[in-house]
This record gives sequence, C-alpha cells and structure tokens, in this order.
Amino acid sequence: MVKAQHLPNQTPSILPLKLQGACVKRRGHTLIGPVDLTLGRDGFTIILGPNGAGKTTLLRLMHGLERPSAGRLDWNVPEVQARAHQAYVFQHPTLMRRTVVDNVAYPLVIHGAPRALARARATEALAQVGLSEHVTQRASALSGGERQKLALARALIRRPEILFLDEPCASLDGAATRDIEAILNRAHANGTRIVMITHDLGQARRLARDVLFIYKGRLHEAAPADTFFDGPATAEAQAFLNGDILL
Amino acid sequence: MTDIWEGLVQAVLLIITLDADLLEISARSLYVTVTATLIAAAIGLPLGGWLAVYRFRARRGVIAVLNALMGLPPVVVGLIVYLLLSRSGPLGVLGLLFTPTAMIIAQVIILTPLIASIAHQALRELWAEYHDLLISLNTTRRQRIVTLLWDARRALLTAALAGFGRGIGEVGAIMIVGGNIDQATRVLTTAIALETGKGNFALALGLGFVLIAIAIGVNLAIHFASRTEVSSRW
Repeated sequence: MVKAQHLPNQTPSILPLKLQGACVKRRGHTLIGPVDLTLGRDGFTIILGPNGAGKTTLLRLMHGLERPSAGRLDWNVPEVQARAHQAYVFQHPTLMRRTVVDNVAYPLVIHGAPRALARARATEALAQVGLSEHVTQRASALSGGERQKLALARALIRRPEILFLDEPCASLDGAATRDIEAILNRAHANGTRIVMITHDLGQARRLARDVLFIYKGRLHEAAPADTFFDGPATAEAQAFLNGDILL
Repeated sequence: MTDIWEGLVQAVLLIITLDADLLEISARSLYVTVTATLIAAAIGLPLGGWLAVYRFRARRGVIAVLNALMGLPPVVVGLIVYLLLSRSGPLGVLGLLFTPTAMIIAQVIILTPLIASIAHQALRELWAEYHDLLISLNTTRRQRIVTLLWDARRALLTAALAGFGRGIGEVGAIMIVGGNIDQATRVLTTAIALETGKGNFALALGLGFVLIAIAIGVNLAIHFASRTEVSSRW
C-alpha cells in the first residue's frame, strides 16, 4: 500500500514518553506534580482518582495542551514530530460547525489530503464506528453517544500512535458505552497506545492493562491493572476502590 | 404626512417608469458600496480572525482602538481622504479626487473597523470553543484562522451586511471626496441631500424610499441565498 502524505510517518516510535518531576502550576498553586512517569510503547492505561485530583491536567500535560511549569516531559522524538502522532478525545466533544463527514475528514484535509480522498476515508471511518447513516447530517444533530463516536473517528483517522481520552463515556448509556469500548479495544488491537481517564471502576476493570492513581495532584500509584485492583499499595487507592469519600 | 405620502407616490412612479437618472444613481450607489464592502470584508474578516487567534502584548489595545474606530465620523474620514487625494496632497498625482474610486476608498476606511470588530466578536467565541481541538489537531495559526472564518461564515456574512448597511446610507465622506457631480459621482444619499437642499422634499423622499428598498432587498437576497435562518442551528 502506498504511504499517504497526510498520514504521519510511523517510524521511529514517539514512545516512550518520560515525565521527570513534571509540575503544572497556576497562579502559584500547584495543580499536579511533581510527577515521574514513563509510558511505554504498548498498553491501555487507565487514570483513576477522585474529582479534582489532577487527572485531566495530567492528560493535557502529556498531550501538550498544558506546559510543564517545572520538570521535564520528553518523547522519544522531538516534540514537533511527536505531536503529529497523537490524538485527544475530550469529555465534551468539540463538534465543528460542519457535516459529520467533514468533521472526521478535517484532520486529513489540514494535513494535505485531497478533499475527495479525505471524505472517502472519513466515510469508511464513520462506518467503522457505526455512523454510516449520519454521514451527511450536521454534526450538531447527533446524540451524545454518536457525538463521542464522531470524536473517536476523528481522533483515529490519522492512525495516532497514542490516543488520550478524557472520560469519553461520561453521561453515556450502557449501549453507547459498550460501543465506545469496542472501538477502543479495536484501536488498541491495531497498535494504538491508549491512555484514558474514567470514573467508572467497572469500565476500568474491563479495559485497563495498567492503572495510574492520582490523588491531590500526585501520582500515588502506577501498577499493572491486576495488581492495582487486587491489592493497591496505598491507603488512598484502597479507600477509592472501596468507594470511600476521599477529601 | 402629505410629504411622506407624496414621497411614496414619487418613489413608485420613479420605479415604474424606470427613471434613467434613478437607475444610474442607484447603480452607482450599489457599485461604490458593494465594492467598498467587499474590499473592507477582505481586510476586516482576516483581521478579526487574526485578533481572535494571536496573543501579543498590544492585543487588547488594538481591539480597543478597533472598537473605537467603529464610531469614526464619516465627515472626518472624508476630509482626511480629501486632503490625501487633493492636487496638493501626497496622493494627488493619482487624480482620484471626485471619482467613484475616491468614494470607495473613503468607505473602505469607514467600513473596515466595523466589519473587523463584529467579525472579531464572532470569531472570539468560536475560537474559545475550538481552541483545544485545533491545538490538539496540530494546526498552524493560518489554518486556525481559515477554519474559524469558514465555520463562522454565516455570522461573518452578518458582519459584511452590517458594513453594507452603513456604507449604502453614508453621505458625509462621499459628499466630500465625490463632490456629488451629476453623471459622475452622484449617489442616492448625496442626491437626497441635494434635493432636500432645493426644497424638493417629495423627490428627496422618493429617493429615500428607493434607498431603503435597495438596502432591504440586498439584505434579503443574501439572507435567502445563504439560507442563514435555515442552517443556523449548528
């Protein structure tokens, strides 16, 4: 298959991602950090923690939407190159004021794909997430679950090496959550490294290969999923798993 | 009340009889204002997008100045353009004074801040909505501005129409730089001013009604052509 110019070059890998003493501060207040962490080439990482713990800030920091106030964040390649191989799905998907297919085709178009080719690929991507019937609709006409599927199709269309997701299933019903999880498992099976925030412990157990537990802006625990769920190392993580209220 | 009624009758008569003077003046009014609006939009819309996306030290000051320039007195603009284009002025060699081109230049100066300011308001809100997504998608600043302009095109059409509305009704600047010369630079507004000065109120009102009809007609035509209302629920 001929390599398309609008798709990022796959070699060398942008991973691992290393955070060393990374902090995010705002107006003198530390939101997260210092965080030391390495994300390897393969994995399905779930980030857990109570509200306000700093999960979203950590995810945004890794993706480059936040700058480290202190410490380092290093990809395996220069940052400019690494950015082209990442994608991010927001908790509340941002829908562009376009049709469904043009929303999904957008990342290809801005990276140089001819519009017709981009639309053809976007139509295929929409079929894979079950939105074939909505291709020519306005994106704003979609339901909550469909919007999140659109956001996923848009994020995956350039075959990112790593995909960040901020509670993609929050406020979705069971059927939509199952569909989203199936899409994520398929993307992971196709080689996409996934890092995802969720509040749903059941979902975390279903999807996680490894877990990061964040509390009060600090990384309290980074462990394989089985180890974490069977016997967390910290009292805070145990309390969180027990459903206790962490203040 | 009688004058208004007579003006209405006069307007209908002018239109029904396809009065040659009226057609010529109306065509010139449209030519000057549509051209000025297109040029002002070509400058003002990207400027609004640039101000929405770029962060620089003097940005707030530039926006404040732009907003203040929306209230630029047309007579002052006319005077400045007159001095620039007059025979002894720096651009006098171009010989543009008392031509439709001079009128277009004056209107571009008046309309550009208005269009840029309205565009900036609309694009600033859309940029707040798109900010994280467009950064995440690794877009260049130019791509961000182009994307905002495209996705806000209906709101921007309103900005351009506001510019057209101000331009078609403008009299002070074009009177000074155009000179209200018959068969050369006379437009509807300057003709109304002339007829009013002569005490010919019915004709002045008739021209006024034609002016209003053109302004409403152009707005409605663009409104329906762009399906603003139908597709507004994005």
